[in-house]
Amino acid sequence: MGESGEGLGREGGLSTGMIDKIVSSVEAALADVSDGSTILVGGFGGAGVPEELIDALIAQGAKDLTIVNNNAGNGEVGVAALLKAGRVRKIVCSYPRLADGYVFEGLYRAGKIELELVPQGTLSERMRAAGAGIGAFYTPTGYGTDLAKGKETRVIDGEGQVLEYPLRGDVALVKAEKGDRWGNLVYRKSARNFGPTMASAAKCTIAQVYETLALGALDPECIVTPGIFVTRVVKVPRKPQRLDAEKAA
Amino acid sequence: MSYAKLTREQIAARIANDIPEGAYVNLGIGMPTLVGNHLPKDREIFLHSENGILGMGPAPAPGREDMDLINAGKEPVTLLTGGAYFHHTDSFAMMRGRHLDIAVLGAFQVSVSGDLANWHTGGDAIPAVGGAMDLAVGAKNVWVMMEHLTKSGESKIVERCTYPLTGVGVVKRVYTDLAVIDITPRGLIASRLVTGFAFDELQRLTGVPLSPSGARAAA
Repeated sequence: MGESGEGLGREGGLSTGMIDKIVSSVEAALADVSDGSTILVGGFGGAGVPEELIDALIAQGAKDLTIVNNNAGNGEVGVAALLKAGRVRKIVCSYPRLADGYVFEGLYRAGKIELELVPQGTLSERMRAAGAGIGAFYTPTGYGTDLAKGKETRVIDGEGQVLEYPLRGDVALVKAEKGDRWGNLVYRKSARNFGPTMASAAKCTIAQVYETLALGALDPECIVTPGIFVTRVVKVPRKPQRLDAEKAA
Repeated sequence: MSYAKLTREQIAARIANDIPEGAYVNLGIGMPTLVGNHLPKDREIFLHSENGILGMGPAPAPGREDMDLINAGKEPVTLLTGGAYFHHTDSFAMMRGRHLDIAVLGAFQVSVSGDLANWHTGGDAIPAVGGAMDLAVGAKNVWVMMEHLTKSGESKIVERCTYPLTGVGVVKRVYTDLAVIDITPRGLIASRLVTGFAFDELQRLTGVPLSPSGARAAA
């Protein structure tokens, strides 16, 4: 749905009384992702990574992408698989150095991918700003360091601060545990991480869930991401957890 | 005089013993995670993990790992009764908004004015910062845990950091394998030197001016 309101009612109609954001497949969920998109991808290490959506994005074929993720992929799954497929022009992340991050490292050293390194809290807050309509913000994080080079700074209340701008996505891919047809989401443990913030910061937010529930089955007091931030919900089969040794250096 | 440097576990125990009841604490990845093994059992201390956990508990028993419940180093952990999950922006609001009492961080170098260098060795390494800069400016007290000397014997407490900075003037205290160094407006104050280790020797190894606090009891 566009920012100007075009497409209002496109997916539900104006008079059916039956908004249904649940789509039948990951392929259908990602069909309209275009080349050159900025894609926010949830997950921290292996927790909360929307792997099925990333696999579908690889199959869908969009290229020249900018990927926003905390890490830069590990092994050859998830974001690393997307990198390996040659679809990513630029990655925006806080921690690209993982023990098994050789796909990113190879591309980086070969000059085949652009890296924008952002302190993790600034990464998260820039997406929050995008989702909350904030034009820019000052933060002490990074002041006086290499990551503030070239940025506007200002001393506020005696403390040096760095001006940071919102980080918007064309698409956000998030992994939640359960969702309903209005797009309300709940997450599981520390797999929540960037999901709620990314959901608010993209024009089109696609959530993969393990369970879709009837309206009202999610406790309204406990809904973490309200459906207004979610465009599509797609159910994927639950698979056994991989006890991978994905560790930070 | 002979002396023995503290082991990493001994430094961790010393730090753990200095954390008061009720403190909200973030332990950085690497060496500082050892502090969690030594927290006094009779104190309630809240461990925060940047990926959205407050009230983080120890590693689970083998076979009980849940990869949806991991720490900042991506290792499986547990949640204490009363613990909470929250999303990243809330988690970093805790860090950047001055809500954490103590962050214990590793370091390559700390300067006499409290500058911290712990995220990048420069040169050819892949740069990776994670939440280090957020913790450096955001925690009320930044404590560094590190060996006093590099492998080649140079002091890691320096006049000016030569590695890229993580934060400017942020470190309040450094725990090393030789002593505890407080960074104060009156300069560096050394205390709790390891048994049998003379202040003059610490001063010689450290290179930058130190003052003795007088207390030399071992942990």
